Amino acid sequence: MNVMSKDVDTGLTEKISVQDLKFYYGSSLALKGISMPLFERQVTAFIGPSGCGKSTLLRVLNRMYDLYPGQRAEGKIMFDGENILDMKDLNLLRSRVGMVFQKPTPFPMTIYENIAFGLRLYERLPKSEVDARVESALEKAALWKEVKDKLHASGLSLSGGQQQRLCIARTVAIRPEVILFDEPCSALDPISTAKVEELIDELKHEFTIAIVTHNMQQAARVSQRTAFMYLGELVEFGDTKKLFTNPTDSRTQDYITGRFG
Amino acid sequence: MTDANSQAMAAAAARRKVLEGLKTTDNFFRLLTHSSAYLVLILLGAIFVSLVMGGSLAFQTFGLNFLTTEVWNPVTEQFGALAPIYGTIVTSAIAMIVAVPISIGIAVFLTELCPMPLRRPIGIAIELLAGVPSIIYGIWGLFFFAPMLQQYVQPELIAFFKPIPVLNGLFAGPPYGIGILTSALILAMMVLPFITAVCRDVFETVPPVLKEAAYGMGWTTREVVGNVVIPYTRVGIIGGVMLGLGRALGETMAVTFVIGNAHRISESILAPGTTISATIANEFTEAVGDIYTSSLIALGLILFFITFVVLALARFMLMRIEKKAGV
Repeated sequence: MNVMSKDVDTGLTEKISVQDLKFYYGSSLALKGISMPLFERQVTAFIGPSGCGKSTLLRVLNRMYDLYPGQRAEGKIMFDGENILDMKDLNLLRSRVGMVFQKPTPFPMTIYENIAFGLRLYERLPKSEVDARVESALEKAALWKEVKDKLHASGLSLSGGQQQRLCIARTVAIRPEVILFDEPCSALDPISTAKVEELIDELKHEFTIAIVTHNMQQAARVSQRTAFMYLGELVEFGDTKKLFTNPTDSRTQDYITGRFG
Repeated sequence: MTDANSQAMAAAAARRKVLEGLKTTDNFFRLLTHSSAYLVLILLGAIFVSLVMGGSLAFQTFGLNFLTTEVWNPVTEQFGALAPIYGTIVTSAIAMIVAVPISIGIAVFLTELCPMPLRRPIGIAIELLAGVPSIIYGIWGLFFFAPMLQQYVQPELIAFFKPIPVLNGLFAGPPYGIGILTSALILAMMVLPFITAVCRDVFETVPPVLKEAAYGMGWTTREVVGNVVIPYTRVGIIGGVMLGLGRALGETMAVTFVIGNAHRISESILAPGTTISATIANEFTEAVGDIYTSSLIALGLILFFITFVVLALARFMLMRIEKKAGV
């Protein structure tokens, strides 16, 4: 049985389907009933002014909010036929839905270990296999050439842009199905940003990608679908080109032309 | 000279005057802070000098043998510091072996796993444990803990280790109740809140996003703590451990109650022994001869020295670790 539904208009597969999602920080409602799909092997961008709930939505998708008491979600998020909000094994979920953060977060260990550790946790692999997987992950993150001679240096010794690509490599290495990017370039210089964007474009051939960004050009460049959120609501969701050139909602129009936000 | 120019000069003169007024208070303030800082050094130096002067008679009489002999005989005025040095180091070492893992465990539980409503009560209980005066640990240890160990725990330990070579010597002998092990356990209880408090505080300094990143890789709490939280905070943890060790080395009252005050070195950790501070506390009132008093002060000097070496070693270790990690 194919548990994933096909979108009628686009012919794309829904990898994740968010259905009437409400999210609370304590008693304040941060997401007011969001419904939207994330299509398989597509980049979906989330844009909107600060505090509109885009990062919150991302953090629901891998249940990161569970680390903090007082935060809860209602509704349904179907992921390959299973409701993410009902899942018991969060470690398994997070190994399937990887996340890259705003600030680079290398772990306090060597470059090699940053990647190998996560691998060995889930798979029993011989050393040569681990080496190969580390190399291929670094290749995919376009970092191999820069670090291949210092794999056993501390991950913290890399530059900010390299650290961010290391974090991407680390996430890619454990072969998740979905990768969430939470403003991955906001702490990077333009050249590193370009590299990460290229990388995201590459990665969409293998992974389903969601990216939160404050940079509308970035959303236009890397994504195929864009969701515009405002005050905890999903205002408009659709084809990136159409949303940026011919938005249906006047609020979207105002935001992308820079009239507010 | 234009009018504007003279006005500017007048303003500058006024400002200079204000600044001169400030200079006096500035100098006073500088002097105050400098002298406060130097006061610490002077105190440290003064303590050291008086210990050296007080203990010099003992060192002149016994030479370096003072450090290597076990005899402690006030009647014949033969004194050696080996037994108290041994007792001090062994009780502290066992205390740390027991206290450090438990403290880190408590801190991990409090910061990572504990349900919110329980966090405050447990945290407060641990802080209260730190506030219990040492004399109370002493009487509790003597009247409750030691008899309990003697009756229930020590016989089991002796029986259990009997067939094992090497270890059977360590846990040999009649169950006295009081002794090296009992003191070490009491010390462990006393330093536990300090190490726990430091560990909890440094664990809380780990950036949430780093922990989120680790959890986001699908790691469990065990991996996150072992591979992110502890490596990230190791300098702070070692600091906390050293703080605890410093206390354990110098703790007097509680140890004096339960160590047995026997000037001898036994292979068994169940046997009574003594520590430097316990010896001084026990015997300063009855130290009649000059040489007896001097020997006690010399013991104090040795304790001062041991604590100094421990702290210096800790600093050195921290430097090495930091260099190796390349942070």
